[in-house]
Order: sequence, then structure tokens, then C-alpha cells
Amino acid sequence: MAKFEYAPAPESRAVVNIRPSYGLFIGGEFVESTGDSTFKTISPSSEEVLAEITEAGEADIDLAVRAARRAFDGPWGRLSGAERGKYLFRIARILQERAREFAVLETLDNGKPIKESRDVDIPLAAAHFFYHAGWADKLEHAGLSGGSGQPPRPIGVVGQVIPWNFPLLMLSWKIAPALAAGNTVVLKPSKTTPLTALLFAEVCQQADLPAGVVNIITGTGRTGAHLIRHPGVDKIAFTGSTEVGKDIARSIAGTRKRATLELGGKAANIVFDDAAIDQAVEGIVNGIFFNQGHVCCAGSRLLVQENVADDVIMRLKRRLQTLRLGDPMDKNTDVGAINSAAQLARIREMTSVGEAEGATRWSAPCALPERGFWFAPTIFTGVSQAHRIAQEEIFGPVLSVLTFRTPQEAVAKANNTPYGLSAGIWTEKGSRILWMADQLRAGVVWANTFNRFDPTSPFGGYKESGYGREGGRHGLEGYVTTGATR
Amino acid sequence: MSPTATRRKAAEPNAGADQRIEVLKTYKLYIGGAFPRSESGRTYEIHAAGRSGKFLANAAMGSRKDARDAVVAARGAFGKWASATAYNRGQVLYRVAELMEGRRAQFSAEVAAAEGLTPARADKVVSQSIDRWVWYAGWSDKLAQVLGGVNPVAGPYFNISGPEPTGVVAALAPQRSSLLGLVSVLAPIIVSGNTTVVLTSEHRPLPAVTLAEVLATSDVPAGVINLITGRTAEVAPWLASHQDVNAIDLAGAADADGLSWADLERAAAENLKRVLRPAGNDADAVEPDWSRTPDLTRMKAYLETKTVWHPKGR
Repeated sequence: MAKFEYAPAPESRAVVNIRPSYGLFIGGEFVESTGDSTFKTISPSSEEVLAEITEAGEADIDLAVRAARRAFDGPWGRLSGAERGKYLFRIARILQERAREFAVLETLDNGKPIKESRDVDIPLAAAHFFYHAGWADKLEHAGLSGGSGQPPRPIGVVGQVIPWNFPLLMLSWKIAPALAAGNTVVLKPSKTTPLTALLFAEVCQQADLPAGVVNIITGTGRTGAHLIRHPGVDKIAFTGSTEVGKDIARSIAGTRKRATLELGGKAANIVFDDAAIDQAVEGIVNGIFFNQGHVCCAGSRLLVQENVADDVIMRLKRRLQTLRLGDPMDKNTDVGAINSAAQLARIREMTSVGEAEGATRWSAPCALPERGFWFAPTIFTGVSQAHRIAQEEIFGPVLSVLTFRTPQEAVAKANNTPYGLSAGIWTEKGSRILWMADQLRAGVVWANTFNRFDPTSPFGGYKESGYGREGGRHGLEGYVTTGATR
Repeated sequence: MSPTATRRKAAEPNAGADQRIEVLKTYKLYIGGAFPRSESGRTYEIHAAGRSGKFLANAAMGSRKDARDAVVAARGAFGKWASATAYNRGQVLYRVAELMEGRRAQFSAEVAAAEGLTPARADKVVSQSIDRWVWYAGWSDKLAQVLGGVNPVAGPYFNISGPEPTGVVAALAPQRSSLLGLVSVLAPIIVSGNTTVVLTSEHRPLPAVTLAEVLATSDVPAGVINLITGRTAEVAPWLASHQDVNAIDLAGAADADGLSWADLERAAAENLKRVLRPAGNDADAVEPDWSRTPDLTRMKAYLETKTVWHPKGR
């Protein structure tokens, strides 16, 4: 099938105003670092330098944690839930007002297609604040006391470290419930995508949020490690790799610090022979090629029933040939840039391993731009369970295809990883969906859909995909204490 | 008659020619529904609490291998127990209470000896232990409604969240409260469908072994509960670092000889076990008052939330 030709339809970047350099947002204002370490954030689609960013050091982190503590002990802690909620409503509204600006900035800094930042990331981020705003004065109705009779109370200062795949959305998943429950936060965005978090700091100023309630410190993994180990941090919320998650769990062992960890995944997307195949193919594409596969819950393993495998793979390849890869700012682009040179190297390494281990590689034929970091949508067939590409998270647009004959075999294969974040089921048989959903050891199960997110819907993993939930009533639980056990 | 009471009688010097020598019990491990000795061949002496410090029995000194065998048994039992109906699991827990009631005298005597309690006080502890099973039994078919629910997502999707058991849970039973503490740790683990390997109180393990005998003749399937007696500090690290254990309850770290719960939590991070820390502040570990009515905390510690989405359409 020939690709329709479209004229370029670039979104204007005039709506954003990127400063040449940024300080740290501590105590309600942008301040210079006590050190002089900086790094540059670039646009992964062009390698253009966007801004110079401060690498916060230990002294900066200390200032930020103290600012958060002062706010917790002071104005924020004294505020009623109803008034606290109004600040969150304000933030939600300002995010909606400035949605286009955030979308453009996100796409520039992250490399994801503008249609995704515009239609998914930013609207969902605003929705998270709106949803949690309403909880602020209703926490005693959230069923979190567990019979202890104690109303839920905030934990204190929360240290939050987020990844680069959904920068503003992950910020909202972290900050909205923390603030709704009455905590204050110090948040560190990823090194490669700090700009929307820094713009969010301006939103906090516009909302007149009390100083120190939200502090944004930029930096590298080292900055994050310092924040997590700071003794003034009462609770850690982290989204990122399982490796770092384990390190965090070790670092708080023997203390009373709490953590919620949203880590890696290797989700199985399971297609039965009675599925609506064209819909399933769309779901497979959405599952692994959405956001260039930079999704912890991506459907990176396709388990397809043997008797329809050839048909599904044929249709999948045909569909992948119609995906538009290129300028993320173009409104017709389906697949944007890989977020960083380091991530591109990781994807290349894993795909080389896949080939070396004997799986068959097929990549969509598409011209890759000369500058920037790009990887064509790729599928591996003939993958066995022992292959590294069937076990390890690649975090890129790479799909490993395995086959199965019976539902039991599909379950066994789907559960055969240390992860347990998400899974997909495609079948027209209702009873089979429900049986499969029971059997799959995963925190989110999408049946006849994939990669759906909502602020009311708890998200998080089993096993080595971490613990704790984000979203819904369950997500609040990680941000309150009821006095029963600390 | 209770073993301790009869033993005292047997030792009386002026017993007549019709004196009967009591048949003493061998206290063993409980793994996969069977009562093996420790594969290590080791035992250790158990003495009564208080000033008498009287010898009560030799208990099996469980080893790393015993613990690993117990994890295999617990993993094997998990699928079926987790998928049993909530109604069924509730009845199974309630049945344990029924059977304990029938052996109340034996439990009372053992708890009195283990904890140095008066008979009246020990009897009360046994009553509370039985009632604790009943309390948790009733939760089996209520947890999903209390902890789960329908999520009103912004789109044409049916979206529901509910609790599921996390898997195999290792537990360090409380050191002081040999029966009530044990039941208070054990029941919330299994009521939701988890299976467990429990290290009993190190110095007060005998009521736990008697509980195992109740479990073996109850309807609790083999392997759902496995009990290891022995040195807590020796065996706990193997469970904390075991890659097929999903969660660990550190209640028994309080007053355990030579044990650092920080080390156990650190080892547990290797496969991201869910950790229920001991009560207390900072690095302390204190044994709570088990007579207080529980809340949902211990059950929630071993539950995962699963969310399922499906589109709506005509």
C-alpha cells in the first residue's frame, strides 16, 4: 500500500519562549545554583541546543528540601483541604490555558510527535491536577484509614524523580496526588527533558502557590540519588528503571522512609485467532510504537496465536509501512525521534543482540533524517523466550514476536518475565478475556485496547515492575499516613 | 491433659506402681502439609519462660534448605489457593478457629509455658487467637469490594480495579507473642490468597507447632502455610534474599537475637519484595500489642491492585 503524500504541516514554535539558561526553582523563585555545574538540553530531532540547565548539587538539594519543609510546617500545612484543592484547580486550568505552549515545548525537548504531546501528554497532565484537586478536601472519604479511625495525614516532604518519556505527564502523576494529600515536593525531572518542568514552575508562580510547596531541581542521575538519600525527605516517588528502583529500595532499608516505585516492564500483547485482527494490529502498533516505544508499559512482546501469526505479521508489516517517521513538530508525524544518543545506542545494542541470538529482524522502510536520533519501527520474528529481546526492556520501537497455541501457554509465556506492569488481550470471547485477565500477573490489563491512561484509574506493577499505584483512590495511599503504622 | 501438666505429674517422686510414663511429642517442622524433621538433623532446647526455665522439648532447628523447600511448597500451593473462591477461603480460615477451639486446653498450657502466663491469662490469649481467625475469615469476600471499584475514566471504557494476592510471603513471626502474634501475622497473609513460609518465634515455637497440627487436619491445603522453627537470624536472610518470595513481614525482627531488619530489607530489594517493616520508630523494632483489634494494614501489605480496561461499544 502506498503512503499518502502529505504536505508538511509543522506546528509553530513561536508559542514558546525558551530562555538561554535556567536556574533552579526553590522556595517559589528561580535561583542560581550554589555550584557552577551546568549541562545543555538538546532537541533530539535536530540536536539543536535548546537551553543551558543547572546541575543541582548537594547544597542546592538541601536548600530545596528545607524550603519544602518550611512550606509543610508553615503555610501549606495550615491550609484547609478545600483551599489546597483550589490551588490544584488553578494549576489544572493554567495547564489547559497554556496547553499548546506546553505541547510544543515538550515535543521540542523530548522528540515525541506533536500530535501525541498535544492530544495525550498535556491534556492528561491537566486532567490529573483537576482530578486530584477534588480529593484535597475529601481524603477522609477515600477509605484510606483502614479502620484505624485516624483521618489520613500527609507524610511530609516528598522527593520525586521522573523519567524523560512523558516529562510533564509524569510530573503531574507525582505532584498532583502529593499536593492534594497535603505534602510538599522536591521534584527532579530527567536530565534530557527538563524544560516543561521548569515551565511548570512558572505555572506555580502564576497560581500563586505558596513558596516551597513545589521545588524543581534539575540535574543528572547523581542529583536524583542525592535527593533520594537526603535525610529530610520522608517519602520517595520514583518512575524509571528497575535497576535504579532496586537501588532506591536498598538505600531506604532500615529507615522509616517510604517509597513508591513505578519501574520497567516487558508487556505481552496477546492476540487470539478470534480477535478482530485489524483492530488488534492497530492495538499492537499503538502498544509498541506510541511514543517511539519509550513507554514502561509498552506492549513490547507480541504473543500471537500460531494459526493466525502469518496473517497478523503480514498485516502488521503493511501497517508499519504507512507510519510517518520524521519531524516531531509536523502534525502528521506518527513516529518521532529517539530521546537521546544514549537511548539510541541502547536500542541499537539490543537489536544487534536480537539478530546475534538468531531472531529475524524486519524494519519498516523509511528514510531517517540526517540529524538527530532516529530508529525505524522494527519487529523481530522467530523470538524464543530465552532471547534477551524477549526478557529485557528495550524502551524503543522494537517488537518481539512469539507464538502460542493454547490460552494456558499464552499465560505461561506472558508471565515469564521478572516484570509485571501491563498486558494486552485481543479476543472477541468475553469469558476468555476475564479468565486471561485473572491469570496475568500484571497491574494493568488492557483488553481489546492498549495504552489507555486516566487519572481515575490506578496504574502500577507487580513483581519487579515496582510497588504502589498512581491514579485513582489507590494512588492517594502512597501520600498519606493514617497513624496505624508509620 | 496438657503435656506440661502431665510431665510435672510424672516427675512426682511417690508415684505408685501404676504410674504411667507419658508419651512426649516430637516437635517438627511443617512443610507442604508434612511434618519433617530439619534436613540438617539439628534440634535446639526449648525452655519455659520465667524463673523455672524448665526444659519443655527439643524443637527442630530449621535450616536454609528447609526454608527453600518450604518456599517451593508455598509456590506450588499458590495458584490453587489464590484462585479458590473468597467464600471458600473464608470457610477454610473459619474452620481453623473451630479446630483450635477443640484443642484449647493444649494451646493454653503451651502458651502459659512459653510466655510465662497464668492459666487464666493464657486462656484469654487463646480465645483472642481463635477470634482473630474468625475476624480475618470474614474479610475474604469483602476485601475486593472495600479495596476495589469501578473507575470513571473519561472515555468509552469499562475500567475496574481489584486486589489480588502478591504471591509467596515470608514472615518472621513475633518473638514474644507465640500464638496470638503468630495468628495475627499469618491470617492476614493467607486470607487474600497468598501462601506463606513462617519462621516461628525462636524461643517460643511450641504453640506454633501445635497450630501446624491443627492446620494439617483442617481444610487449609498443604503448602499454603509452612512453619519453620529455628534460629530467626540464621534462616531469615535466606528468605529475605530468596528470588521466588514476593513479600516479607518483618514483625518478628523485634527482639530477635542477632538480627538486623535493615539487612533483611536490603536483601529483599534484590527482587523488589514488598516489605512490611516492624513497628517502631527509626531503626527500632518493637513488638506491638497484638490484643488490639487489627485494621487493614497487614492485609493490604500483600495485595496488588489490578486494573482491567475494556472498550464499550455497540
